[in-house]
Amino acid sequence: MELLDQISLNLQNGLDEKVAVLTKDAIEKQIPPKEILNSGLIAGMNIVGRKFKDHDIFLPDVLLAARAMNGAMELLKPLLIKEGIPIRGKVVIGSVKNDLHDIGKNLVAILLKGAGFEVIDLGNDVPAEKFISTAKEENAHVIGMSALLTTTMPVMKKVVDLAKDEGLYGRVRIIVGGAPVSKEYALEIGADAYSYDGANAVETVESFFPVNS
Amino acid sequence: MIDLLERLRSGEILVGDGAMGTMLFERGLKSGECPEAMNLSRPDVLEEIARLYLDAGADIIQTNTFGGSPLKLASYSLEDAAPQINRNAVAAVLKAVSGRAYVSGSCGPCGKILKPYGDTDPEAVYESFEIQMQAFAESGCDVICIETMMDLNEMLLALKAAKERAPGIPVMTTMTFDATPKGFFTIMGVTIEKAAHALEEAGADVTGSNCGNGIENMIRIAREYRKHTALPLIIQSNAGLPLIENGELIYPESPEFMASMAKELVDAGVSIIGGCCGTGPAHIRAIKNAVSPSPECQT
Repeated sequence: MELLDQISLNLQNGLDEKVAVLTKDAIEKQIPPKEILNSGLIAGMNIVGRKFKDHDIFLPDVLLAARAMNGAMELLKPLLIKEGIPIRGKVVIGSVKNDLHDIGKNLVAILLKGAGFEVIDLGNDVPAEKFISTAKEENAHVIGMSALLTTTMPVMKKVVDLAKDEGLYGRVRIIVGGAPVSKEYALEIGADAYSYDGANAVETVESFFPVNS
Repeated sequence: MIDLLERLRSGEILVGDGAMGTMLFERGLKSGECPEAMNLSRPDVLEEIARLYLDAGADIIQTNTFGGSPLKLASYSLEDAAPQINRNAVAAVLKAVSGRAYVSGSCGPCGKILKPYGDTDPEAVYESFEIQMQAFAESGCDVICIETMMDLNEMLLALKAAKERAPGIPVMTTMTFDATPKGFFTIMGVTIEKAAHALEEAGADVTGSNCGNGIENMIRIAREYRKHTALPLIIQSNAGLPLIENGELIYPESPEFMASMAKELVDAGVSIIGGCCGTGPAHIRAIKNAVSPSPECQT
């Protein structure tokens, strides 16, 4: 549908006001909110994500597209909730300990939001218990953890162990990343996945959800 | 001391120092604490680290002020202490080196994303850098190094603040590039060509790159800079991307390896070679031995 293509295209170009106007237009034209979300916004954001991964565009373009996405989501959210359609998925994210470079975690949060996920960013220096209690309270689907120091990496294992104790393990998927973290480490501690960068984190989180759920 | 820029113009190769963070952690900094807070509580530690790098042969020693701009310090509610934090850091290095090396005021990113992509006003960023630069000027820095920048606009604001508030002090500007299959870009999409032209035009005295993806990439980065600017070049590479071995964080590039690459950096036209994450006094000593013309030059 042409209107949804326009939403996608303007979102890719980071034109937040235009995307908001077109989204309102689509809502008035009675296009199902889920279709606006999937074929307009998420379709556009997927292209942005791919281009970012291929180094054809950079963080500024992603930030503008994500802002356009968030603006349109404000309009769509009440309708999606009314129709009982869940948001794409809820992710609790944070850096396990304060570190000097939190841009990685922030980038993942921005990209996930942009891709249509609800993101609860717990910030830096997040204790293991906080990840678990927030995931429980918010009925989150995913816990995302970042660590940039080897000394703080064990907190990741603690979160996995706590998830097991609290019966969340398997139900809430756990994804880890950060400079010193590796796929092997993720496996070793029992995390569901490891991601090496922001675009890959979005792909990985998406893989947790069946298509069109 | 002879003017730094004069020495560079005469073709001399100078050596910078290595990482600061690891040294601080080994000396009592706790994870989650503000590294610059040690400038208030433990200036003796700063002096000790500066002496270690001086003994290793560094000609330029950086201050522990990477996160010393008020905007960055605000995440620890230390913004009001910014002038003192920066002055103490310079004073500690000055005391340790007493004229045997240049004291370089380190200035890193403010930690915020500037408008229109983020929510931080460029004016606020500029004012924050002004406070840091003023402190550098007042406390007697020999040179200022604005480093690990990824946003060219932020870099230019810091450079402008340095030129305004610390007139007469040479400014080195180093951005951090990622190696991609399509070339080198900062995370914000800045190319080396764009950075070189903009920084030379804005009055940078020395330019180059720091941190990054290992010293071999730095050789390519230096060659690319050389194509686009006649300014003296500085490279402060990390010791490669960290790996995990037996649960320990390991930076893969040894002092010997980095020293062998340092010679290639000189061939590529680099005048100042130092280290970043994962490098220590051993790396600096090896680099010094590789690039210094005679043993007498070693301190």
